[in-house]
Amino acid sequence: MPRDELGILSEIKKNFILRKLSDGVRGDGRKFDEFREISIQTNYVPRAAGSAMVTIGKTRILAGVKIEIGEPFPDTPNQGVLTTNVELLPISFPTFESGPPNEVSIEISRVVDRGIREGKTIELKDLVIEEGKKVWIVFIDIDVLDVDGNIFDACNLGAVAALRTAVIPGEAHGFKDAKLPVNNTPVSVTFAKLGDWIVADPTIEEEQMSSARVTVTTTEDGHIRAMQKGLSGTFTWKEIEDAINTSIRLGKEIREKYLQGV
Amino acid sequence: MTLLGTASDIKLINDDGLRLDGRGFDELRPIKIEVNVLNRADGSAYIEWGGNKILVGVYGPREAYPKHSQNINKAFVRARYSMAAFSVDERKRPGPDRRSIEISKVVSEALESAIIVEQFPRAEIDVFIEVLQADAGTRIAGLTASSVAVAAAGIPMRDLVVGCTAGKADGQVLLDLSKEEDNFGQADIPFAILPKTGEVVLMQMDGDLTVEEMSKAHSMLDKALKHIYNLQREALSKSFTDVVAQWGE
Repeated sequence: MPRDELGILSEIKKNFILRKLSDGVRGDGRKFDEFREISIQTNYVPRAAGSAMVTIGKTRILAGVKIEIGEPFPDTPNQGVLTTNVELLPISFPTFESGPPNEVSIEISRVVDRGIREGKTIELKDLVIEEGKKVWIVFIDIDVLDVDGNIFDACNLGAVAALRTAVIPGEAHGFKDAKLPVNNTPVSVTFAKLGDWIVADPTIEEEQMSSARVTVTTTEDGHIRAMQKGLSGTFTWKEIEDAINTSIRLGKEIREKYLQGV
Repeated sequence: MTLLGTASDIKLINDDGLRLDGRGFDELRPIKIEVNVLNRADGSAYIEWGGNKILVGVYGPREAYPKHSQNINKAFVRARYSMAAFSVDERKRPGPDRRSIEISKVVSEALESAIIVEQFPRAEIDVFIEVLQADAGTRIAGLTASSVAVAAAGIPMRDLVVGCTAGKADGQVLLDLSKEEDNFGQADIPFAILPKTGEVVLMQMDGDLTVEEMSKAHSMLDKALKHIYNLQREALSKSFTDVVAQWGE
């Protein structure tokens, strides 16, 4: 049986993690604001317009972009369409089931979508072929393959990396192939609250014993583009402010270290 | 309403520094809360907030169903946010969509932080939020009314939950966005706290804000939330004085 399979963490392990936190270190030895090792492998699925396999520690996701021609929404005739969907595959965790998206995967999809959309990663006005009739539709689909905490940030990185390498398949429709124009690089940073401590990039054990979660997505200009607080615990405003500032700082580091070359 | 076109050609703030509906930057729309408006519910509330009209009914605590949703340590809080088909400009297809599923989740979590759920193992508390007419800020109006309805049901709580939005339109930080400001503005922040301690129980944001603008938005929210909290308390205490008056006759 896998460890802690049903979200139930032994009291011994909880106490161990809390005791370490009170000494200023996390269960795995990281600092409170330290990410695990990140890896991004782009063009993993050449059949997709753009793709990226992302790992954060042992969490692994695969993001793929497909770009097709379709109709714009009636209220935005001069814009392309962007959709984001996250699938929590049943291979990735014992309690994940196959079937239509549940509220957990919908929340992750919508938070990642808001970061990409409000971060102005792609300019939807660039995706119009014929105003009101024909536009490019960008589908971002993210499969969660292996779960060890912090799916939010892994999915955000995957979406950004896949978009940055995406090619619009023009040739199939009588145009030329063209690189998808990508502007900003939104990076999300997720925090979990354990007891009175707040840690960035939580592992699954840290998530299982956390009372609250907050995700802050920022862009290279240092602006906040999306936020989401989750779970039934609470944050003080000071804690939110700290999370915002830490997210800006860590976002900058992640952008420089892992996304520059993508 | 006429179609306003794209974001760039609308002026949301006039030369006198007033918003389209005549409000100042840190001014709320009118809010009215009524308690115990439904016959069958264990607790209920009705809120009018600007053009929003929202009914909330609370059922429970009652045995959680399906059985596997029962938690042996605490009650399970299930809020369901739902919009009437006729509540928005274009007919909304009835039933849950991705937006309402997400809202239901964050509202459930916010309510759970206030309710003393440890007192009701294996139970569920159902909170049905029915948006009859939507006019921006429905989730926090629904949440504000929900916590009143839960209190009216006699369910023990640490505090009420009080919510409001702030945001940005025409480059200005504004309190309690109107529909136009929400549609054509640059940022939207649904926000809710436990007013006694100021702890944040719901916060979402999308748009484009600097750190300074975020902190300005928070100080506007902080002031407004105190006012809305008083409206909640007044509505609740009025429901009790009404009962006393009725029984006194």
